[in-house]
Amino acid sequence: MILTAGLAAAVVAVFLVTLMVGNTFYGLDKVARVLLGEAVPGASFTVGELRLPRASLGLVTGLCFGIAGVTFQTMLRNPLASPDIIGISSGASAAAVVGIIVFSLNETIVSFLALGAALVTAGAIYLLANRRGFAGTRLILIGIGVAAMLDSVVTYVLSRAASWDLQVAMQWLTGSLNGATWSSVAPVAIACAVLVPVLLLNQRNLGVLRLGDDSAAALGVRVQGTRIVLIVSAVALLAFATAASGPIAFVAFMAGPIAARIVGPGASLALPAGLIGSLLVLVADLVGQFAFDNRYPVGVITGVLGAPYLVYLLIRSNRSGGSI
Amino acid sequence: MTTDHQLSAEQLTLAYGDRTVVEGLDIAIAAGRITAIVGANGCGKSTLLRALARLISPREGEVTLDGMSLQRQPSREIARTLGLLPQRPVAPEGIAVADLVGRGRHPHQRMLARWSPRDYEVVSDALTATGIADLADRPVDELSGGQQQRVWIAMALAQETDILLLDEPTTFLDVAHQIEVLDLLTDLNRERGTTIVMVLHDLNLAARYADVLVAVRDGHVHASGSPEEVITEQLVGDVFGLECRVILDPLSGKPLVLPSGRHHVV
Repeated sequence: MILTAGLAAAVVAVFLVTLMVGNTFYGLDKVARVLLGEAVPGASFTVGELRLPRASLGLVTGLCFGIAGVTFQTMLRNPLASPDIIGISSGASAAAVVGIIVFSLNETIVSFLALGAALVTAGAIYLLANRRGFAGTRLILIGIGVAAMLDSVVTYVLSRAASWDLQVAMQWLTGSLNGATWSSVAPVAIACAVLVPVLLLNQRNLGVLRLGDDSAAALGVRVQGTRIVLIVSAVALLAFATAASGPIAFVAFMAGPIAARIVGPGASLALPAGLIGSLLVLVADLVGQFAFDNRYPVGVITGVLGAPYLVYLLIRSNRSGGSI
Repeated sequence: MTTDHQLSAEQLTLAYGDRTVVEGLDIAIAAGRITAIVGANGCGKSTLLRALARLISPREGEVTLDGMSLQRQPSREIARTLGLLPQRPVAPEGIAVADLVGRGRHPHQRMLARWSPRDYEVVSDALTATGIADLADRPVDELSGGQQQRVWIAMALAQETDILLLDEPTTFLDVAHQIEVLDLLTDLNRERGTTIVMVLHDLNLAARYADVLVAVRDGHVHASGSPEEVITEQLVGDVFGLECRVILDPLSGKPLVLPSGRHHVV
């Protein structure tokens, strides 16, 4: 509880720093006045209209990625089972890219298109993995293959959209908060408000599901029903976040294991992982914007962090079988 | 606790896909006693236990708890009366003993409610009863097989069910730990009146520890009754296809099976 509160405090702190830092620095007092709705010359536009939507998008997408990722990892007892590794993010990305670039759809429709594609992808992977008895490892391997296929769809569509600039391409390849507006934040925020409580309410059931299907059923958990609620909620969170910011690389994958290191085994990881997700995205975006001469999209920074971690986990899980 | 919960099955048919494993089976579990289900590999005894624990739905017939079909009772409510220790339960990596045992309280807890003093008390009692109180903070995956099995039994105790089903609770254990687990289950039966139903491979241990033996063959109950009634040379031949001699176990006074085999018999 204390650790989770500490994480929440860290998220608030980084969120405020994100609002303060930029080409022009605004002190905490001015940021606070803007947040309270006062008109502050200069700050109202820069902080209120430019930085606040960007920071908010980082906050909510990070939360979505973190919670969705850890839900999958916990349920399948494997850190590699994160939805961004097993192709569900790629499904959402592919649908969003096709929707935006080929059909020029608006943001809300793209969100639902991404949701539909993510659910279909998750369902397809599940069915393919389930053909001769369910096995988590097979699901992960099939998912990695599906991810590769869908990523190539994204690359193909982007390569055909010659007039589009690199910024847009980067958003759909690695994820970016550039171009954050309130209309892109709104669908994700609403999805969070509805689905995060659903997942939090199911944490105790999820904790029992980890003992295996038989034990969970014997303890009175409706195994299939609970699993479907968890999968659909997590996939929906991920899809809405992906539709808004692109698949910010490895956040869903890294947040859970980091949260597990912090709060220790046995505890519920959903909220800590969500907060770690927000922290990762906000900090990585700060680094990407201001740490180098060039500005990099947030997904490039999280990708640089996440890729070595993936290699480390692959080596480790080869030894121990691996679980979160 | 009361011991009058009645678990039984009528005209039970169980199948996986096209393959019928159990057909038209009737069984009534003796309340407050220890029942061992025995039979050859693939005879349907584990499947029968899974059906009694509502893990698989009957193709035909029904399993009833206190006269009411399991299918028509809320799973959570059943979980307060009927517990199960599966053959290979999964311990999440790194989980502490007390934490795992605490999961047994699940059916007694409401969705968001905090742990009650009673929850803590029951878990503490379960740890003591299984002799693992001093291991409470250790990670389960670091314990020996025998200790792990006691942790799972402690979890089943924390569930506070009057009926406990166990699928081969002694598999993967050495002989000393097998005896330890069966003694523990006998304590549980005698002290709390818990009805125990277990699938056992070892006929001699089943004959010694069970009040009632149920011999399953080809998906039917071939014989059931006291060990003395069930363990005969004829029955072991019919059920296991094994030639043997049955003598009286000088330690327990129960029947003891001595397999003949083709070698080393004088």
